[in-house]
Amino acid sequence: MLVDISNLRISFPGRNGPSRAVRGVSLSIDREKVAIVGESGSGKSLTARALMKLLPDTATVEADRLAFDGTDILGADERAMRRLRGKRMGFILQDPKFSLNPVQTVGDQVAEAWRLHKGGGKREAREATIDLFAQVKIRDPGKVVDAWPHEVSGGMGQRIMIAMMLAADPELLIADEPTSALDATVQAEILRLVEDLVSRRGMGLMLISHDLPLVSHFCDRVVVMYAGRVMETLTADKLGHAEHPYTRGLLACLPSLEAPRRRLPTLSRDPAWLEPTRTTP
Amino acid sequence: MTTTDAIRVDDLKVRYGDFEAVKGVSFDVPAGGSFGLVGESGSGKSTILRALAGLDRSGWTGGIAFEGRTVARTRDRAFFRSVQMVFQDPYGSLHPRQTVDRILCEPLDVHGIADTEKRIARGLDEVGIPQAFRFRYPHQLSGGQRQRIAIARALILEPRILLLDEPTSALDVSVQAEILNLLVDLREERGLTFVTVTHNLAVVAHLCDRLGVMQAGVMVEQLSVEDLRLGRARHPHTRELRALTVGLEAP
Amino acid sequence: MKTFSREWLLSETPASRAQAAWGRRYRLLLDLTSNGLAVAGFLIVVVCLVASLGAPWFATHDPSLQELGNRLARPSATHWLGTDELGRDVWSRMLWGGRVTLGMVIVVVMAVAPVGLAVGCISGYAGGTVDRVMMRVTDVFLAFPRLVLALAFVAALKPGVESAILAIVLTAWPPYARLARAETLTIRDADFIAAVRLTGASPARIVLRHVAPLCVPSLVVRVTLDLGTFILTAAALGFLGMGAQPPSPEWGAMIATTKRFIFDQWWVPTAPGIAIFMVSLAFNLLGDGLRDVLDPKQR
Repeated sequence: MLVDISNLRISFPGRNGPSRAVRGVSLSIDREKVAIVGESGSGKSLTARALMKLLPDTATVEADRLAFDGTDILGADERAMRRLRGKRMGFILQDPKFSLNPVQTVGDQVAEAWRLHKGGGKREAREATIDLFAQVKIRDPGKVVDAWPHEVSGGMGQRIMIAMMLAADPELLIADEPTSALDATVQAEILRLVEDLVSRRGMGLMLISHDLPLVSHFCDRVVVMYAGRVMETLTADKLGHAEHPYTRGLLACLPSLEAPRRRLPTLSRDPAWLEPTRTTP
Repeated sequence: MTTTDAIRVDDLKVRYGDFEAVKGVSFDVPAGGSFGLVGESGSGKSTILRALAGLDRSGWTGGIAFEGRTVARTRDRAFFRSVQMVFQDPYGSLHPRQTVDRILCEPLDVHGIADTEKRIARGLDEVGIPQAFRFRYPHQLSGGQRQRIAIARALILEPRILLLDEPTSALDVSVQAEILNLLVDLREERGLTFVTVTHNLAVVAHLCDRLGVMQAGVMVEQLSVEDLRLGRARHPHTRELRALTVGLEAP
Repeated sequence: MKTFSREWLLSETPASRAQAAWGRRYRLLLDLTSNGLAVAGFLIVVVCLVASLGAPWFATHDPSLQELGNRLARPSATHWLGTDELGRDVWSRMLWGGRVTLGMVIVVVMAVAPVGLAVGCISGYAGGTVDRVMMRVTDVFLAFPRLVLALAFVAALKPGVESAILAIVLTAWPPYARLARAETLTIRDADFIAAVRLTGASPARIVLRHVAPLCVPSLVVRVTLDLGTFILTAAALGFLGMGAQPPSPEWGAMIATTKRFIFDQWWVPTAPGIAIFMVSLAFNLLGDGLRDVLDPKQR
């Protein structure tokens, strides 16, 4: 099991006592593609950050089990985490603009990441970078290596980020809303690319998103989260037959191009969803 | 008598330095109509909306007329009583240090409208915000509540034309449904004319009767939502956008 | 009902404008008081202000009463901090000197902050030619070394407290204008300002009611951090004989006139030195605390 999370709880101190952002999340990811879907405040990003130990110091993290490939994350120190992060767990953020260093060419940044993990000389690294760029389907990789971050589009930037992650041959790719800053046409291309790379390399994928119908096209399983809890876990092709009222509500309230409705059904949230339930992960 | 169009845009061009963001766009919206501007980022759709609202500082050429009256780059105060706008990001469109009350009061103050108490109370009612929220600060509100306040602010001067810049793209889908319902209701009740900018074809289909598809500063096609729904688009870019939406819509 | 209870202030559903405003202030106060160093700084400032304002009551002697037979006395029961080179009581002179020094600083702040705020906000919001002209003028003032300009200025006029204040004000406002302009530039294109423009509000109204209030917090922070510098500049001018004139007691001047006794009668110049140090430090601590509380990027 690549990712094994059991009863994860995350809370932040607040003026009126601690606020519990994640309340007992259990999930496991093997070498498969899993989407974690939820609205803002559902705790989906916090769960991923807890796995990488990238939460702010104020957060209190507790879990019965929080492990990556058998390594306990809760007990791991910063040095152990640095060996995991980037090397064995790749991470792609929402907006490539904030992840790329603006005063270094994109090729140099990827080459640096490659040399960090693989060693080797500068020329070798440059060739590897061009190869990686070709793998993420950048059209003219020989030219793009010398581009500056401000010269590349959002979609290209995200491809570069993916290439940088792949430099280390990670076993798990964590993508936090990797396409929500991108145009619809580019969005699908990037997700298809991620899906393809992950499948071919036999990696695990943890795709965090708010867009339930979209991610279901690119994943094997979907974990639906609400208010820090897992509502439902189901295989992507069964999304149409979701059982939980929250999942169904999320799908029903979307406006549709093909099937117009004058009024959209709105989601009524049942307080019972917040009650702890013992579900099998 | 011929009905005058609520909005008439004629050969609108906007340029920033050497870059021409909008390259001669023309369209008109009948009174009570709802027009959608669709396109990807950088296609110039938001630039058109900002030029319509009079927010463009760099200057545009061409003709813009509201209800038969041609407008210049700068607008007089009366203009804003008939045309208002709702912004994309409800986290950025409300002044962080002002209460809801102050935010709604400001337009009334500027226009010297006296019955502020009644108007604010009614404004909150209309967008479904409890009166108890009146003295809260934006950071004490959720994203959906903020967007409702932004809509209330736009409507408090009782405009006839509402410009919507991606009104739901920063919101969760369940909140998006609520805001879309609210906008449809308000338009019906008040007979408003909408111009909506969005990248989401499903939102356009829900909110508009006609739409213009923008690509690289050019309006490549204008068609009715009905035609879009039935796949009667002619331009390849429209077809591409439609195929993406349809392909990803069904889970 | 106006009851300033804790619940009333912290209510998440304020029922009136006043309650909302007081609630916000109370939360800022709570945040500030949770910062121990800021509270310490604030207390020191208050003690200094009270001591200076209450000089007639706290002083044990007339600050200008000379006892030439008792020059440079060690601290004792009658002269708590000893006497200076003319036999004047150092403790009393320090209290009265605080009035001059702190008074100067307060006048400087009240002049500098509004000027800087106005220049910065107008320049930043107007942009274009207005911005260019105003910023070049600011640059000219910024380019002068502060103390040299102040010295030249004071020398041209007559040395004294008023000249010193004017000199510090003239050299101190440009950084504030720069700061306010930088803040304004980030605010002016925000959607909430666009929304105000869409109400038809005049530029003056927008700057005054919507832009300037957002620049005030960073200016307040900057002021508290700069207060120490103002005190030191005032003291430096006094030290160089360009500020307050004898026999008027002023901390800088007190150090200047007694500096030659530092090795033998060290307590004479040390007392006002410690006062300057304490007040500067206190203002810096308070400023750091205010920055943490007021920084708009934190909320």
